[in-house]
Amino acid sequence: METLANLADGFVIALTWQNLLLALIGCFLGTLMGALPGLGPANGVAILIPIAFSLGLGPTPALILLTSVYYGAMYGGRISSILLNIPGDEPAMMTCLDGYPMAQQGKAGEALTLSGIASFVGAFFATCGLVLLAPQLVKIALLFGPAEYFVLFTLAFATLGGISSTNQAKAAFAAALGLGIAMIGSDSQTGSQRFTFGEIHLYDGIDFLIAIVGLFALSEVFIFLEHHRGGAVGKSGAMNIGKLMPDLAMIKRCLPTMGRGTLIGFIAGVLPGAGASLGSFLAYSIEKSTVDRRGESFGKGDPRGVAAPEAGNNAASGGALVPMLALGVPGSGTTAVLLAVLLQLNITPGPLLFQKNPDVVWGLIAALFIGNVMLLALNIPLVGLFTRVLLVPTRILMPVVAMISFVGIYAITNSTFDVMMMVGFGLAGWVLRKLDVPMVPIILGILLGNEMEVNMRRAMTISDGDWGIFVSSPLSIILWAIAITGFVLPIFLGERMKKRMEASRPEEQINVGD
Amino acid sequence: MSDRLFGVFGLALGAFYIWAASIIPDSFMSDEVGPRAFPYIVGTVILICSLIFILRPDAEPAWPTMHSFAEILFAGAVMFVYAWALPELGFLISTVFATAYLTWRLGTAPLWALVTGVCTSGGIYVVFHLILGLSLAKGPFGF
Repeated sequence: METLANLADGFVIALTWQNLLLALIGCFLGTLMGALPGLGPANGVAILIPIAFSLGLGPTPALILLTSVYYGAMYGGRISSILLNIPGDEPAMMTCLDGYPMAQQGKAGEALTLSGIASFVGAFFATCGLVLLAPQLVKIALLFGPAEYFVLFTLAFATLGGISSTNQAKAAFAAALGLGIAMIGSDSQTGSQRFTFGEIHLYDGIDFLIAIVGLFALSEVFIFLEHHRGGAVGKSGAMNIGKLMPDLAMIKRCLPTMGRGTLIGFIAGVLPGAGASLGSFLAYSIEKSTVDRRGESFGKGDPRGVAAPEAGNNAASGGALVPMLALGVPGSGTTAVLLAVLLQLNITPGPLLFQKNPDVVWGLIAALFIGNVMLLALNIPLVGLFTRVLLVPTRILMPVVAMISFVGIYAITNSTFDVMMMVGFGLAGWVLRKLDVPMVPIILGILLGNEMEVNMRRAMTISDGDWGIFVSSPLSIILWAIAITGFVLPIFLGERMKKRMEASRPEEQINVGD
Repeated sequence: MSDRLFGVFGLALGAFYIWAASIIPDSFMSDEVGPRAFPYIVGTVILICSLIFILRPDAEPAWPTMHSFAEILFAGAVMFVYAWALPELGFLISTVFATAYLTWRLGTAPLWALVTGVCTSGGIYVVFHLILGLSLAKGPFGF
């Protein structure tokens, strides 16, 4: 009941003209970014953060804009999957498998509408799940002391590295790299200068936005340069989408599929480290093994094969907001970027957020509901508009993206040094991506590093220097157990699943994060 | 081989990090573990992971040809120069050339690249500076 009252308050906040307009702009931009291969939710949000801040938007409007982009990108990814067999972003990978065959049979419009509806169902119920689950998680999180928080952060790195990367050592290296970068600057507890070597620009530490935009957006530009992929993604012939509305029977047949996909996706999203890609993968494979055991229709243009991964992917993106808002621990690349938004706004996510800034939380959740309806409206009748974007050649698009990232970073820092550092991060990101070192743990390390250290030191102060405090409560022992299982188990079990995921991955694999 | 080299680099990085942590000055305030403990842990993780890279390297990644490699280095260099030029020449002028270079390298004819550069630079200036009011770099001419 209390939740409903909170939600009603949230709607009051979200339903102002300014916020509605921001949500609409966010949904539109997000769908565009999702549709374009090479620009996914993570780098789309990353590029827009500095711009949202230099515009001087308040916390709630800024969050509404950026989460609308996030939801929008999750919708948009399916467009190029279906029309071109190229996923617009990583979670839309599985939609290629049945979406593209449908398009080849002349049913592109139906596939787009159906996947739009599936996206809506997934995102809607996941947002409901967020409303119900997050306050419960907050109650548990209020029991956490500094030691438990330290273990929780370790858990986030462990599961992120274990589940979503191919090489555990590289994920751990990436996390350490991020944590190491976070240590640069003056120490929050004692004021000592650390790793600054007398460079004044480093005294305040490295702004995480610089690292995020460099590692996510700029390294993407280098990848495009490397492959000389300058042409347009789409060919004008392939853009014929045909009949838009699928018949009711088809939608009805897909409803149970959407239900299952939503449930699986939501669970995958809530688990730290899994995120939307795993959500859509699991939704597709489980759907396939339930309704099509002999492999007769899946992969050949079965509408259920389009509905399942789209419901899963959008449900997972809603689910991923649960740990991010309730615990302050993001479960995926894009939610890590959203965490950066909160930190930049001086809002500490976690249980206190629900007590101190209920207006932000509930306004945001209400905006998600509104954005979701807008996205459905934008994505079904206007889908033809978004397909046009795919005709813009990347040789023009990518430089524009690069310049907008420069503009954003320069506008908030006003410093040449910081812009150069961003280029450095971009080049480093390119090398690391070549070496298969995941980007998300680096970002997470930079974002959570100081908080993690502060909690460790607080715990040690409480215990008078006894390291035993990290295993002293049942709660922290449970967290350790999950962390270790999440990191080690995929080494033995994950091999098979990762191979399957790799096998179903289309050739053009062009995105990081989520 | 790439992974082994990366591991060697990682060992150097980890060792450097631990050394740099060891010279963190103490301050008049202090707490139980001090400002060096967490960096030591981080440095150790880097060292351990790097050893694993050396002992169990992954398959060789698909490195680009020397040509593409030079392409990326040059683009990086252009972006560095761009960052340096921003306050010297102002946003409008520097952006024209930076965009034109990138567009050209991605396969546009040189003249069209320049046109794209002018359009991008002007477009961003109008949208972000004139309409949205972001502060862009001001050169000697005020734009």
